[in-house]
Amino acid sequence: MDKRDTFRHNVLTSGHRACSGCGEAMAARMVTDLIGPDAIYINATGCLQVFTTHNQQSAWQAPWIHSVFANAAAVASGVEAALRAKGKDTPVVVQAGDGGTFDIGLQCLSGMIERGHDVLFVCYDNEAYMNTGVQRSSSTPHAVRTTTSPPGRLSQGKHHLKKDVISIIAAHHMPYAATATIAYFPDLKAKVEKAMRIQGPRFLQILSPCPLGWAHDSALSVTVSRLAVETGLFPLVELEHGELIGVMRLAEQKPVEEYLRPQGRFKHLFGTKTGAVELRHLQALADARIRRYGLLDADTQWDTARAMQSARHGRGGYASSMPASEEVKNDA
Amino acid sequence: MKKLLEGSQAVAEAVSLCRPQVVAAYPITPQTHIIERLAQQVANGELEAEFINAESEFGAASIVLGAVAAGARAFTATASQGLLLMTEVLYNIAGLRLPVVMVCANRAVGAPINIFSDHQDSMALRDSGWIQLYVESNQEAADSMIQAYRIAEACELPVMVCMDGFFLTHTFEPVDLPIQAAVDDFLPPFHFARALDPSRPMTLGGASEADNYQEYRSAQQAAMEDAQPVIEAFDAEFDDQFGRAHGGLLQAYRLDEAQTVLLGMGSLMGAVRDVVDKLRDQGQAVGALRLRCFRPFPAQALAQYLSGAQRIIVLEKAISIGAGGIVAAELRAALHQAGIMTPVESVIGGLGGRDLTPEVIEAVFQETTQDEAGATFRFAPDHVTPDEPVREDCS
Amino acid sequence: MDKKGKSNMPIFKEIRFHGRGGQGTVSAAALMALAAFEDGFESQAFPKFGSERRGAPVEAYVRISSTIIRAHNQVYTPDAVVIQDVGLLRSEPLLRGLKRGGLIVLNSEQNPGGEDDNFRWICLPASQIGEHHLGRPLPNTVLLGALAANTEWVSLSALEQAVTNHLASKGETLVKANIDALREGYGFITQAEEVMA
Repeated sequence: MDKRDTFRHNVLTSGHRACSGCGEAMAARMVTDLIGPDAIYINATGCLQVFTTHNQQSAWQAPWIHSVFANAAAVASGVEAALRAKGKDTPVVVQAGDGGTFDIGLQCLSGMIERGHDVLFVCYDNEAYMNTGVQRSSSTPHAVRTTTSPPGRLSQGKHHLKKDVISIIAAHHMPYAATATIAYFPDLKAKVEKAMRIQGPRFLQILSPCPLGWAHDSALSVTVSRLAVETGLFPLVELEHGELIGVMRLAEQKPVEEYLRPQGRFKHLFGTKTGAVELRHLQALADARIRRYGLLDADTQWDTARAMQSARHGRGGYASSMPASEEVKNDA
Repeated sequence: MKKLLEGSQAVAEAVSLCRPQVVAAYPITPQTHIIERLAQQVANGELEAEFINAESEFGAASIVLGAVAAGARAFTATASQGLLLMTEVLYNIAGLRLPVVMVCANRAVGAPINIFSDHQDSMALRDSGWIQLYVESNQEAADSMIQAYRIAEACELPVMVCMDGFFLTHTFEPVDLPIQAAVDDFLPPFHFARALDPSRPMTLGGASEADNYQEYRSAQQAAMEDAQPVIEAFDAEFDDQFGRAHGGLLQAYRLDEAQTVLLGMGSLMGAVRDVVDKLRDQGQAVGALRLRCFRPFPAQALAQYLSGAQRIIVLEKAISIGAGGIVAAELRAALHQAGIMTPVESVIGGLGGRDLTPEVIEAVFQETTQDEAGATFRFAPDHVTPDEPVREDCS
Repeated sequence: MDKKGKSNMPIFKEIRFHGRGGQGTVSAAALMALAAFEDGFESQAFPKFGSERRGAPVEAYVRISSTIIRAHNQVYTPDAVVIQDVGLLRSEPLLRGLKRGGLIVLNSEQNPGGEDDNFRWICLPASQIGEHHLGRPLPNTVLLGALAANTEWVSLSALEQAVTNHLASKGETLVKANIDALREGYGFITQAEEVMA
């Protein structure tokens, strides 16, 4: 008797060991249930792999393999090639965090896409190395506090900008690439379903708040992910063959502060002059993204020429030895 | 039928006869001719396989990992820096107990960068959980590919066939390639019981902790030990079917009443046999023992072969820097455990492509001065090229 | 394998080929080994181990033996040296290790060849002959013909077979042109020089 006909309902079943409010667990549950058990899942090393396969126990009710951190896309390439050789069309899905996508996994991912493997690569982007205890990745937004980008007398958190990975992916003549987040399930569902209808390499970047690393209340994961979209910091976009084909537009733009305030990782920016510079900078980045993707009818409400200037200089979260007023002068 | 084939081509043809379904390739000298030939076979429609050009050796190893996990027979080849770049994945393949087969076209490791042959690359992987077969000739390289798939799939252990770069990969010599039907008889189609398959969902590569991790390693060790008779049995079966055996774990040459035994691995053993013949003709009681299978390490078989020797000389083309000869050290341990106290002379040479010629090997044999007190090894002398004749113009 | 009457003589010969990248030096060695194999001998061919660059000096080696060849070492004391580019004589110790009485086959338009205390020289304008047949100044098959004619280590028919097999994928025209070049090299020397056993 096929076990699946009786009691199995979820690809990622309950009883795993994710933190309460884990955005990645929510995202993975959504994605894998939409794809279903008739697929082969390849997981990079990371939180999802650790909390679902704790010590000989598995939360996966579909064929699932984990090899090492960097190689999920290459393992998937091999799985897909094997299935082709055997004349099967079982879907192949990679799940990786931002470390396994933006950083250590980028080379294998680029190779997989360049060779045109029929694989969906899903990046659960929680903007740092959470599995090892919150270290900065190239996905970490600038000015964020992590254990390896701590604020201090000379620093306001991470010094560099979040890598624009969706543009890098899309530049591979990618059949389909999109961003999504857990707060907008219908949007996420539509994108997963669309991705599963397309042949060739496909990529989804799903913003997945981490209550531990972002230091927000576990009950706020969905709220925070919604605010990331509403402020313009995380635009929801779709690209086909490198061309932008759709965005989730905003009725109005919320100030970034509404997104940043509930998160302890931005706490050091509030109440200091140097922090205020970085807050302006973050606002400018949100504005830049809104403009780039045309998310608002009106021009951005909060943009200032000076802050944009500092964004263009790519200063990231570098501490300024100058008081904010001086810097403003300097930028002008 | 016997043909004069380049070693790389012989290996590629033999791999092709094993009907791999996925080939992952990344170029590196001196391995590249192997994957080039396989690429051509796929392009010509002679080999029905997915040929995947990886973005690095790390990717190539990962691709064959995925392919075998999904139940396909797969192949890749590399050398030197490429093998080291694969290292993390190769340990993982072994830990997952995936029957992957690959070729290491043995080459020195940088720095300084050097494309020529020694065994430093594959010896660095000796603890990874891969079976390692070191071959002497192109014929053995080809035959060992066919045996390797059989061994790997029977034991659920990965197999690395180590062939000396250039000395074998780039040398044309006579090779008898079996016909397809005979290989099909010897090597049944690959059926992997743990293959990724939605009708039998399994989790491969989950996390483990202190209370069971060690059991995975002891199971691997047990599988390696169990592989020893399997390697021997398949070599014997190969002999029955194809009329050629390669020694299984160890290949003895003129060991009858040998007082001195020259032991080594790989292509240098051809020259060693020539030297043994010459010395025997001179009345010296010398024999040779070729370590074909370095992993699993055939400790008991070695002790049996060497129990009567009065002098044991290990020639090896790798060095554990800070310690010395690797094969010699393991052999000393094996003999000691067997109660054999014959000293083992460890001679390291042939590094970075330096040629261990018959003259060098004979000189090693003739060196009778005691090693410096406390020294655990010595380097082989260099080959001395004969004097250059007077150069004259052709007029 | 059809042995063509020579394998009953015990022989062991080593040949070194010198040329420049692009002159078919490694192919010449492979063809020689293939021909010996056709004749029923054991044989080996291999390049000087290293990477190839067009125009750079290249060496390749052949062993021919009536018994199985087990060693995989480089060749140090050849019985013959084939020099595809006379210019190399100025820069390389091309005769190093050549056995006394050894044969030198030299691609040269000027030198008549001859014998001295040490060696025997065979000279022929192989590039010219190659150009005539192949449309490119490729000396390798011409020199092979000369080598075969002056050593009798391999038969002309075996060399022709080796060329046919080795170049089959490149088309009949090229095979024929190379066989013509080979034959002219073989014939050129047998006319110009007395063959030494």
